[in-house]
Amino acid sequence: MTNAYLEVERLTVTFGSGPEAFRAVQDLDLSVEAGESFGLVGESGSGKSTVLRAICGLTPPPTGTLRIEGRPLPEPRSSQFYRTVQMVFQDPYGSLHPRHTVDRTLAEPLAIHQMDRREERIEQALREVGLDESFRFRYPHQLSGGQRQRIAIARALILEPRVLLLDEPTSALDASIQAEVLNLLDRLRSERGLTYLLVSHDLAVVSHMCDRLLVMQHGRGVEQLDRETLQQKTPVQQYTRELLVASEGFRR
Amino acid sequence: MSAALLDVQNLRVTFPTRTGVVEAVRGVSFSLGRERLGIVGESGSGKSQTGRAILGLTPSPGRVEAERLEFDGRPLLSASRAEWQRLRGGRISMVMQDPKYSLNPVMPIGKQIVEAYRTHVSATRKEAEQQGLRMLESVQIRDPRRVFQAYAHELSGGMGQRAMLAMMLITNPDLLIADEPTSALDVTVQLQVLGVLDQLVSERGMGLIFISHDLRLVSSFCDRVLVMYAGKVVETLEASRLHEAQHPYTQGLLNCLPQIEGSARPLPTLQREASWTQ
Amino acid sequence: MTAPASGTLKAWLLTDAPASRNQARLGRFYRGWLSFQTNPLALVGLGIVLLLVLMALLAEVIAPYSPVVGGDLRTERLLAPSLEHLFGTDGQARDILSRILYGSRLTLMVVALVAIITTPIGLLIGTTSGYFGGWVDSVLMRLTDIFLAFPRLILALAFVAALGPGIENAILAIAVTSWPPYARLARAETLTIRNTDYLNAIQLQGASSLRIIWGHVIPMCLPSVIVRVTLDMAGIILTAAGLGFLGLGAQPPLPEWGAMVADGRRFLIDQWWVPTVPGIAIFVVSLGFNLLGDGLRDVLDPKGGE
Repeated sequence: MTNAYLEVERLTVTFGSGPEAFRAVQDLDLSVEAGESFGLVGESGSGKSTVLRAICGLTPPPTGTLRIEGRPLPEPRSSQFYRTVQMVFQDPYGSLHPRHTVDRTLAEPLAIHQMDRREERIEQALREVGLDESFRFRYPHQLSGGQRQRIAIARALILEPRVLLLDEPTSALDASIQAEVLNLLDRLRSERGLTYLLVSHDLAVVSHMCDRLLVMQHGRGVEQLDRETLQQKTPVQQYTRELLVASEGFRR
Repeated sequence: MSAALLDVQNLRVTFPTRTGVVEAVRGVSFSLGRERLGIVGESGSGKSQTGRAILGLTPSPGRVEAERLEFDGRPLLSASRAEWQRLRGGRISMVMQDPKYSLNPVMPIGKQIVEAYRTHVSATRKEAEQQGLRMLESVQIRDPRRVFQAYAHELSGGMGQRAMLAMMLITNPDLLIADEPTSALDVTVQLQVLGVLDQLVSERGMGLIFISHDLRLVSSFCDRVLVMYAGKVVETLEASRLHEAQHPYTQGLLNCLPQIEGSARPLPTLQREASWTQ
Repeated sequence: MTAPASGTLKAWLLTDAPASRNQARLGRFYRGWLSFQTNPLALVGLGIVLLLVLMALLAEVIAPYSPVVGGDLRTERLLAPSLEHLFGTDGQARDILSRILYGSRLTLMVVALVAIITTPIGLLIGTTSGYFGGWVDSVLMRLTDIFLAFPRLILALAFVAALGPGIENAILAIAVTSWPPYARLARAETLTIRNTDYLNAIQLQGASSLRIIWGHVIPMCLPSVIVRVTLDMAGIILTAAGLGFLGLGAQPPLPEWGAMVADGRRFLIDQWWVPTVPGIAIFVVSLGFNLLGDGLRDVLDPKGGE
């Protein structure tokens, strides 16, 4: 029996109503074990990001079941939930408030949850993502894309969650910066025993970061694979094969 | 050896800002025949500005200087407005990243293609429409009539980009500059668009400058690759000899990408040296 | 260190790595100032507004005569501008320059009070409406529509009829009818940022709606509202002057500029300076606020990119 930490059962997310209703996710099942890194792969419109947002409560209330440690997620989400699950967004500029310094961005969650030793925690958060004191009072526009994403990761981790939802965390970054951020995420996971649910369109990133993955298309789950199957290029479904071929790049 | 289609010597592009002068391109030199040249770099490397400078599209207040910037023997820096109008879209075309932003949103596609054609070729509207439809077929659009009458927002990313290619290649230019033409597309669609581009470039014997951040993609598509860093060209390679790259930046770029088959853990990262910006 | 004091202050403000919240804030403000001062017209506008403030503060010190007590009604009425009376005297033998100077206080009071009353109301209603959406949005926007429908002058008349004439009532009438556009503007700005990742992120950290609106939404709406309010100042001054002209605002003998124009109307042909000088004052101050508002827009507009 699996030691499922995060469970998603028959998840359906619908935007709008009546004739304009759009089903972004339909009947999706997945389960993530504690300490695992699980990937969600798909192209645009596959609904992969919507799954993450539904878990966070940022979409219209879905049908289906969402459970953490066997308990259904409260609607609306509770303070306890926010200290268990956090998210890192795709666009590093869009996810930091343009008028807030790094210090404010990191201090605010601590203030909301009335945590102690705030100074210490902020300094430690910056250190852990590889940034020094000089970054503390900068505004986002004074940071590079990689630095902003590090701040976003620091912000997500400052509440000491168990689960990190990662929505294309490196898609907007240059290749060399991507490698640094992926290494950082790797290190943090092993140091803190975190559980990751990583969304990406890039099979190489998912293959590197995740033990198991689910391929999505048009809002539905297509195939669930583990890393070995992916690396040996032996998937079952046609769409997964197409994705693999496309990921190999252009052949003249 | 074919005469150089494009000859660039010591190209410099600078932008004055409140805090000093920003050098986007610092002395780039290359020459291009009827071949495919890839220009690869990360953000801030100056690759896009190089492409724009060739077309005279550097946004003001940017300044372009070069010892030589010649297209088919004609100096570009001193070209008049009339000459530029003849060159752009006629003999040199450019395809950009996102068709959502480069196609006119309030004009049907067909009208834009016809307009592009008739600016450079004297033809009646009927003839231009016929040519436009033929062009849409050649970019593998299955229902050219429908796309002809459609608006940009009604097309998917891949279709929009192919329509863009049709519009830019209908005048049979000698040189095509493609600036991240597939970066905004899904990975399965990318292959399709690249296939179309490959076919058209081969058929027409055009010169191609392919600007991208994706080193592997560029090396599989082009004959030669220029690697840019901080406004300079740090390495020039034959695409087939990518694995023999000498410069540490190129090697670093190649090695830092994760592979599906498996990569080192942690991924090797680039150690930037100050010497690379010299 | 041998660098001059101003050099180090500038470096401290412009540093890429501020060491404290205040340094970061001051640095941002300073950069905004540097951007602002590249626009000469904006500086002219700022200068005019500062001049207005100075006049108001120092009226007692600078004014040569009393603004309300006139001289000899037989000999000093309607004197042309001269060295003794730089702008001449009016129909009650009062020095016009002194009246202009004291009148600046009234103008400034109108402008400041209207801004102080309308800006918070507009921001609160607009951001709340845009953030919550749904029925809250509908109710607040219909409320806004109701107030938008009031014609300003008619409302001022109604207030005067109910409460008696006076500049306070004029200010009230202006304020009550001025806030709706700011609410709409704030709502529009709120809607554009409603689905940004940074708002999602703070929601995801468990922030209350109040915290989000106050700390995250309002700071993004503030620039365009400030610009709009500044640009509207010109219109408000003219409205107050108009009310004064109609006898609904400041009552005699208060030296309100609009009332001065009204009183001086009959002297326009032979003693042109009596209505013209206050008219020019109104014009210059309105222009000043317009230029300042334009300059602020160029600096504060978040879409312009930082």
